[in-house]
Amino acid sequence: MEETQEEDIHKNIKVSVRNLTKIFGKRPEDALRLVDQGKKKQEIFEETQQNVALRSLSFDVYEGELFVLMGLSGCGKSTLLRCINRLIEPTSGAVEIDGVNIVAMNADELRQVRRTKIGMIFQGFALLPHRTILENVAFGLEIQGIPLEEREQKAREAIDLVGLSGYEESYPSGLSGGMQQRVGLARALASDADILLMDEAFSALDPMIRRDMQDELIELQARLNKTIIFVSHDLDEALKLGDRIALMKDGVIAQIGTAEDLLQNPSCDYVERFVEDVNLSRVLVSKDVMKRPEPLLLPDSGPRNALRLMEEYGISSIFVAGKDRVFRGLVTVDGAVEAKKREIPLRDVMVTDSPTVELDTPAQELMPIMAETAYPVAVLDTEGRIKGLIVRGSLLAGLARLEVEV
Amino acid sequence: MSDILPVGEAAEAVVEWINETFGWLLDWITMAMDTLVSGFQDGMAAVPPLLLIAIFAVIAWVLTRKNVKIALLTLFGLLFIYLLDLWPEAILTLALVLTSTFVTLAIAIPLGILASRYASVNMVLRPVLDLMQTMPSFVYLIPAVIFFGLGNVPGMIATIIFAMPPAIRLTNLGIRQVPTELIEVSEAFGATGWQKLVKVQLPVALPTIMAGVNQCIMLALSMTVIAAMIGAAGLGLNVLMGIQRVDIGGGFEAGLCIVIIAIILDRITQNVISTGQTK
Repeated sequence: MEETQEEDIHKNIKVSVRNLTKIFGKRPEDALRLVDQGKKKQEIFEETQQNVALRSLSFDVYEGELFVLMGLSGCGKSTLLRCINRLIEPTSGAVEIDGVNIVAMNADELRQVRRTKIGMIFQGFALLPHRTILENVAFGLEIQGIPLEEREQKAREAIDLVGLSGYEESYPSGLSGGMQQRVGLARALASDADILLMDEAFSALDPMIRRDMQDELIELQARLNKTIIFVSHDLDEALKLGDRIALMKDGVIAQIGTAEDLLQNPSCDYVERFVEDVNLSRVLVSKDVMKRPEPLLLPDSGPRNALRLMEEYGISSIFVAGKDRVFRGLVTVDGAVEAKKREIPLRDVMVTDSPTVELDTPAQELMPIMAETAYPVAVLDTEGRIKGLIVRGSLLAGLARLEVEV
Repeated sequence: MSDILPVGEAAEAVVEWINETFGWLLDWITMAMDTLVSGFQDGMAAVPPLLLIAIFAVIAWVLTRKNVKIALLTLFGLLFIYLLDLWPEAILTLALVLTSTFVTLAIAIPLGILASRYASVNMVLRPVLDLMQTMPSFVYLIPAVIFFGLGNVPGMIATIIFAMPPAIRLTNLGIRQVPTELIEVSEAFGATGWQKLVKVQLPVALPTIMAGVNQCIMLALSMTVIAAMIGAAGLGLNVLMGIQRVDIGGGFEAGLCIVIIAIILDRITQNVISTGQTK
């Protein structure tokens, strides 16, 4: 039941890559023939001196999805990303955006797609040093020939969206790396493209700033419903951000799936080796990955109080516990809104069957629980007192953090 | 000239052929450049010297975005020249240098852009530029005289040839050094080739291109004395006369004025660059 719902949400295919092959070299046709014969990358290089960067790749990215292309350097992930807007010309195959194959387009049509449908964000920020932040953000709109006033207004909105208001007249050299990448993000958002291509967008940032930017991206994504294709070499980042992850190796995709898929059912040795450090989930228990259960709601609070707390903390549900912190249930935003409208007490809309776990439940057992529920999971001690909560992100982040520390 | 390898004869033949075939074009160029220089010169001569000096100081101040030091340098430097009683010569030298620079840049920057864009253009240009730069500048004087006679124009032509290579090279280099990601940005956001050039490549390459402009002006100034040998007037001629008459004082004064003009123009162009960079 849950699964079909998930399918329905993701039904619209936004970007479809079909049999995409990219060969670097002067005579790609020779190598292409050998690719069709199924020869290995190394053999093809020895025989023709042509380098097969991508090899008959096919996958779909759904509307509103955050899709991560993940792999070690040289696996072809950045090349693949650049084939999607044809910054690199594919040797063969198709890239369909909203059902239209852009590989078959002429220069004018392609330019139009790049202007209106695809935004791109770069590892090195790639801001123009001679332009102010405002002018940098307005760059894409300027290229489209939008009048000054209108594009500045849109640029200001985008700057506001990434939290850089007040820096409009600064120059890039005066900004920190994190701020510069916000400008890069704003520039991509300003032209209102549905698709964002992000090439190692956070790799050049300090770990702390990187984590903040990741959180903000997730939050922006939820608000704006963009389709994002994100290239990363960092498993931590991929697990945290990706709705689905494509793990690449030597120009092919080793496995596509959700973070849980990759961790729990690696399709081959390569994926298994890649994620094996993360599979320390055996030794990880709920108290290692839980967050502090804040805020809590007293059972006799009113719906307005519940809504205010949820708004203040930016959450969509809140745990209800007595003064003794014994867990009673949880209230969702929808529930609280309904209670307010119908003027009924909160306990009538309280969800009492949301999953709970113990402090020492192994992370491996948590995963299926997390996969099946739409609610945060409460962690209770032996007396039923609430000690923490686990959401999907905190579980994966916990796993990934462990991998980094080990 | 060598009897075995008739290189000299061949050069003569080529020069002669050009002179006969393109005589009309050469005349036209002579006229156009003469008009340009006299326009410049007459314009400046029409303004009272002290007022003109003040105007130059203000121009320096504006170009360097309100750098008072350079404005004062311009003011006192030019006053010094005026007090040496070399003002008319200085104006003419300035007119010659600026006209040469203007023509040089009008040719060099487009060529530099083409060279950065097309490997073939670059391949053809490179040996030509090497030749232009290493050939002793006196050698330019001979064909310049044959094509353009004696006077200011052949002097400027020799100057233009001499001053052009660094401007082409630095324009080419500046554009090639624009980071790949910036090129990708312009393409990813759907820029046309022209938009990419005007909005990304040229502005980002500007500091390097301005270094080329600076070099170009300095080389043009260094040619003033040599150009005087084929009849170009101005401060260079005074220096040349100083040599011929062993007039140490006169030669020194004119030479000093050339140095002052060089310093002023150098500081102005360099500061246009550096303010562009930090912005």
